[in-house]
Amino acid sequence: MEASAAAQGPVLLAVHGALKTFGPVVALADGTIELRAGEILALCGENGAGKSTLVKILAGVHAPDAGTFTMDGAPCAFRSVADSKATGISVIYQEPTLFPDLSVAENIFIGRQPKNRLGLIDHAQMRRDAASLFTRLGVPMNPGRRAEGLSIADQQLIEIAKAISLDAKVLVMDEPTAALSGAEVERLFKVARALRDAGAAILFISHRFDEVFALADRITVMRDGRYISTHRTTETSVAAIVHEMVGRDVDALFPARNAEPGPIVLQVSGLGRRGVFRDIDFCVRAGEIVALAGLVGAGRTEVARAIFGIDKSTSGTVSVNGHELAPGNPQSAIAAGIGFVPEDRRKQGLVMDLSVARNTALTLRRRFSRFGLIDFRAEKRTAATWARTLQVKISSMDQAVATLSGGNQQKVVLAKWLATEPKVLIIDEPTRGIDVGTKAEVHRLIAELAGHGMAILMISSELPEVLGMADRVLVMHEGLISAALERSEATPESVMHAATGSKEAAT
Amino acid sequence: MSEHATVAVDTTAPLADVVPVRGPRWYAGRDATMVYILLAFLAYAALSIPRFASPVTTGFLLLDVVPTLLIAMPMTLIIVTGEIDLSVASIAGLSSAVLGVAWASGTGIWVSIFLALGAGLLAGIFNGVLVAYVGLPSLAVTIGTLALFRGLALVVIGDNAVANFPNEITALASAKLGTSGIPLVILPVVFVVLVFGLVLHHTAFGRGLYAMGYSKDAAHFVGINVGNSKFWLYVASGLVSAAAGVFWTLRYTSARSDNASGLELTVIAAVLLGGVSIFGGKGSIPGVLAGVLLIGSLNYALRLGRVSDVVLVTVTGLLLIASVIAPSVSAAVGRWRHSQRLRRHLARDQGAEPG
Repeated sequence: MEASAAAQGPVLLAVHGALKTFGPVVALADGTIELRAGEILALCGENGAGKSTLVKILAGVHAPDAGTFTMDGAPCAFRSVADSKATGISVIYQEPTLFPDLSVAENIFIGRQPKNRLGLIDHAQMRRDAASLFTRLGVPMNPGRRAEGLSIADQQLIEIAKAISLDAKVLVMDEPTAALSGAEVERLFKVARALRDAGAAILFISHRFDEVFALADRITVMRDGRYISTHRTTETSVAAIVHEMVGRDVDALFPARNAEPGPIVLQVSGLGRRGVFRDIDFCVRAGEIVALAGLVGAGRTEVARAIFGIDKSTSGTVSVNGHELAPGNPQSAIAAGIGFVPEDRRKQGLVMDLSVARNTALTLRRRFSRFGLIDFRAEKRTAATWARTLQVKISSMDQAVATLSGGNQQKVVLAKWLATEPKVLIIDEPTRGIDVGTKAEVHRLIAELAGHGMAILMISSELPEVLGMADRVLVMHEGLISAALERSEATPESVMHAATGSKEAAT
Repeated sequence: MSEHATVAVDTTAPLADVVPVRGPRWYAGRDATMVYILLAFLAYAALSIPRFASPVTTGFLLLDVVPTLLIAMPMTLIIVTGEIDLSVASIAGLSSAVLGVAWASGTGIWVSIFLALGAGLLAGIFNGVLVAYVGLPSLAVTIGTLALFRGLALVVIGDNAVANFPNEITALASAKLGTSGIPLVILPVVFVVLVFGLVLHHTAFGRGLYAMGYSKDAAHFVGINVGNSKFWLYVASGLVSAAAGVFWTLRYTSARSDNASGLELTVIAAVLLGGVSIFGGKGSIPGVLAGVLLIGSLNYALRLGRVSDVVLVTVTGLLLIASVIAPSVSAAVGRWRHSQRLRRHLARDQGAEPG
């Protein structure tokens, strides 16, 4: 009812044929959106579909190479962040960057603080203004407190308050819910709906369909840097949107596997790191996929880092095929046959400015050396082989990995470790920030590797992934393994109970 | 698929037909540009500055750049990892002082040289431990040791100068290869350059340095020992700087505490001019070689033309700034040309498409 009323509002922001290229890579070939006053428009697309590029153009971060942009019917420019602000656009990022040492009010009015007669900042006035903004948003927040230590949800609200104080007509929310809890998402949605009803236009970007369908009035789909379609939310379905996003039907199901686990490859005994986790006992057999589940902060990544030797464990042992590893020594872990695909691709997994070939070969530096000198041809050949095997989409092996989409970057990280022919592969969040299509590909790949006898330890926050992929699920809670579930016992409920530390009877 | 708009630009094979995807070509890179500039300058100087094109020039020019060139080698590797060593000239001064005092107190000349190099090695270890293992920022550490090592040099030798080195040794420092005018000392210097070039460009260790320069985290995750790598670079820097100090002493037949003072800035300027990024991750030994020679020959040409030192310093400074700006300018021009080409291409495509 509201949706249909909103969809008839006048077009506020119109973008047609926005084009953005980075070197030879076209990030956005035809960015098109029509955003109406008083509506929430969701932008859907796989990673690499050009959503973030479009957002960055609207934010004034990337200057577009071509395209027409109108606000309220008048042409507008997006050459800088100032242009974008002047046009009346505010972008709320997934993780806002506030000044931690300044107060909430100062963060909102930074650079345009109200002045008193002496030309000094009028703190009382500023706090009053900030308080009235939060009243309008309907959320309680003390404008005088320091921004440090605020939750991401609260930080986003501060950004929204700032946007309102700037009289922003268009609010762009770039995956705002990715790091929020359920209740925080609800609060954000309440604020978003209130703003919409007050006449603002909101562009909402999310990978979560339940949120998109709960919040948006209309949905615009993008694929491969192009505009595909726009639908009223009430007139479409998740399946239809997914179909348009990937351009094909995704076999969303996880690959079927007949696990026939071999001998124990990775044995972790009594592993602990003071103050972080303790008494971690488990093994991974050849050909087995073991998932490490749990809430963020339960210590899963920390366990993986200690196994690989990035962090030094303070007790316990890790052994591969009965051979004990030196603690705190990644070289020894690599030599023993462990590969580690870390959770933060951009910071830990890849050297973003180096080429695909060099990144792939980084783990093999020594293997390609003859008399201490690297054989460039062998290096490139091996890298090219792996890029082909994993179907990494690249224009050249010399292309910097920074220019690839998230999914393709993840494939390069995988290639880099697979090239070492590991016996154990630890994968931390294998499909975080990866589009639907590549996700299925990565899942198939992991299943295949296990099928070839690799022992796989997978950390994942996505429950379907854990349940769909793992032969066994280890659930962590506050630094301890709270449950070890066989595939047959692992259900969303049993995993969540163990992860939250709640007793089954409690719910 | 067919119901959707035709894809004019296939993002999976990005524009291979529109924009040639350039791999690194030896004649088009930043290093090559530096070599062209160097050659152009040498040609200009040879034609327009009297007495420039002569064996005497070659001799003096090369002798002049030896200390810069030597120290620029480890400096390149250090800057590639994103660190810096400002104490190099002070280490050279310290090694000069040690050499002078050892020799003056009756130690044999070779043992004295050995002691001087040992002092440099210790200085390098000191820097290395603080930066690599204690984890202090290299800028702070080496600003401190810049003063500390120069102070130690003063403690060692005081205000004195030792000048009575044996003739056969000092003659060796400026001996020429036959009549070519090329100094003998260039042979070991070329060897050092080759070694550092091979280490940076052709070994696993060197590959690791680039990775560290871009992202220490990512380097750590592929099993590169970031601490050890840095430590050895500072040790190498100390040793090579001490060697430069020994050469300086013997060439000018004078061991003084203020030898080579201020040389660190020339070295860093030459390295940056040679295309090494101050942020780490980028740069090459051939580029640095060209950078050092360019600054060296420019200085020499200006001096031949009786231009004062003030102008000389100013010119070096301008060159350095130009070298830092040049890549951004050329990148901006490249982006603009690319978007123009792309726009034409898309316009053509859209024209060809029905509807």
